[in-house]
Amino acid sequence: MTGGGEIPLTRMQTGQSGTVIQIQGGFGLVNRLAALNIRPGKRITKVSSMLMRGPVTIEVDRTQVAIGFGMANRVIVELDEAAK
Amino acid sequence: MRILLMGNPNVGKSVVFSRLTGVNVIASNYPGTTVGYTRGFMKLGEEKVEVIDVPGTYTLEPTSEAEEVARRMLDAGNIVINVVDATNLERNLYLTLQLLERNIPVIVALNIWDDTRHRGINIELDKLRELLGVPVIPTVAITGQGIKELAGSIPNTNAASPEAPVRSRDERWAAIGNIVEKVQRVTHRHHTWSERLADASVKPLRGGIIALIVIAGAFFVVRFIGESLIGYVLEPLFENLWALVILRLSSLLGGESFIHQILIGKITGDEVNFVESFGLLTSGLYVPFAMVLPYIIAFYLMLGLLEDSGYLPRLAVLMDTIMHRLGLHGYAIIPILLGLGCNVPAILATRILESNRERFIAATLISVAVPCAALQAMIFGLVGERGGQYVAVVYGTLFVVWIILGIILRYAARGFTPELLIEIPPYRLPQWRAVVQKLWMRVYGFLAEALPVILGAILVINILDILGIFGAIANFTAPVVTGLLGLPKEAVTALVIGFLRKDVAVGMLAPLALTAEQLVVGSVVLAMSFPCIATFIVLLRELGVVGMVKATGIMVSAALIAGGLLNVVL
Repeated sequence: MTGGGEIPLTRMQTGQSGTVIQIQGGFGLVNRLAALNIRPGKRITKVSSMLMRGPVTIEVDRTQVAIGFGMANRVIVELDEAAK
Repeated sequence: MRILLMGNPNVGKSVVFSRLTGVNVIASNYPGTTVGYTRGFMKLGEEKVEVIDVPGTYTLEPTSEAEEVARRMLDAGNIVINVVDATNLERNLYLTLQLLERNIPVIVALNIWDDTRHRGINIELDKLRELLGVPVIPTVAITGQGIKELAGSIPNTNAASPEAPVRSRDERWAAIGNIVEKVQRVTHRHHTWSERLADASVKPLRGGIIALIVIAGAFFVVRFIGESLIGYVLEPLFENLWALVILRLSSLLGGESFIHQILIGKITGDEVNFVESFGLLTSGLYVPFAMVLPYIIAFYLMLGLLEDSGYLPRLAVLMDTIMHRLGLHGYAIIPILLGLGCNVPAILATRILESNRERFIAATLISVAVPCAALQAMIFGLVGERGGQYVAVVYGTLFVVWIILGIILRYAARGFTPELLIEIPPYRLPQWRAVVQKLWMRVYGFLAEALPVILGAILVINILDILGIFGAIANFTAPVVTGLLGLPKEAVTALVIGFLRKDVAVGMLAPLALTAEQLVVGSVVLAMSFPCIATFIVLLRELGVVGMVKATGIMVSAALIAGGLLNVVL
């Protein structure tokens, strides 16, 4: 499955769910996100995003995490079938 | 023996610590409340053992100053009590596995256990114990449930050291996935009202409206409580009762004696002016108790409620875009809010920020443009008397300075600002016992630390006054104070005393018969210029000599520029 289904967190719509498939960053970023349980294979739901390239808030395992825009841009998600 | 309390941020380590040791520490509902470590002692049978409340950490690979502290502490402990958020087992177990690999005896306290049921989470304890190979004790630290069992399991754990292979990150996650699948069942349930509110408060429009309501509400509640305490309780007490004692004492001592000036200061006729007399028993008590304390109580009550509700991280998300313009990210709003109470804990709290650059910017902005509660109380008391618009000018100026200085520092300070990455805790209803206890700790802290300095400052003022030293300083600095700031040269005494206590310093402006405009300039310069001695020491410790000298240089220049401009404009 490729194409329209794989997008960064920043381009997801509020309320959409998907699965993290890749984190495009160095070891540091991968580690910091993994510490918050954001890593390939995890199901996430987007809760909100702030205007003007503000942080994106997602829910992972019933916990909310706010991620700065630049970082969120590097978290690639495959959208659920229903959300496409 | 030394026991370490370790766990992810915001899982309740500090509450467990208070329960085990009886030592009260500040606990709140946001990640990063504890930035240093606190030690206490508990009795274990006949033995007295040391317990350390370690700052929260997600992993043993440190990503911030607070996590670095946590990692270093690990080498010094004999047993780890790993406090785990039962509602977020998977993520919390990552640190647990890392701890197990260190071959240090571990006890798992499965905290926030009461919330698992509401959230539809079912954890099989026996299976979890078996899979981890260590004691697992469900606890609800806030109510004390399970604490006795937790303490009881410590002696048995001492000997048994579990053995775990050292794994890579992916292997750990795989192992955790395995454990969670075996022990945890999650059933679906509907959103609660607090979750709906939680979602709304991080959305741009609704969140912004909620933030405005919360901040405006907090401000009015603080003013209402502060003014009511002053108007109905403390002022009547001083004016109607204490004034009689003072007048009696005054006539006993005779108006001109040295002792009279030190204890009572300058009073005329049969009226005591508690603000202007400047004796130890008059202004020395009136300023801390009747002017500052009411606002300290009101502010910290409100702050405690906000902290425990879990609102502050949401405010951080909302403020993130704006804070990036100042070279900081949204989480810096927490130290800045703490600074409205006292700059000292605020500068300590900058440890939750990741880089040295952010910490320098935040600490400098706090000491320049964030007035502490004591200073604000005096500004409200003295400047407010002349009209609310003057108070607004003081606050407006500080706000503009905050923004401009932030923008300058963003470009001038070296390094880069990392992005926001925070966990947002669920909303919780603040527990009144916890709120009152925290309020008491902070109020007691103010009385224990500020009162001696206030009295000392007033003593110093009187002695310098009697010796005529202020006159010499006043003449020496007259060009700056009079020429640039448009204040009478005597006002310099207040600026000098500002180094000891800013509240007393604002009080010293009272007897000078200043115009409202001069009072505004004086208050702004006092707020911005040199830090008070307590802030000075903490700046030195947190930023080092070079950082502190830079920050102080920025403060003095910013104060003179802002004061000079205000003098021209007003």
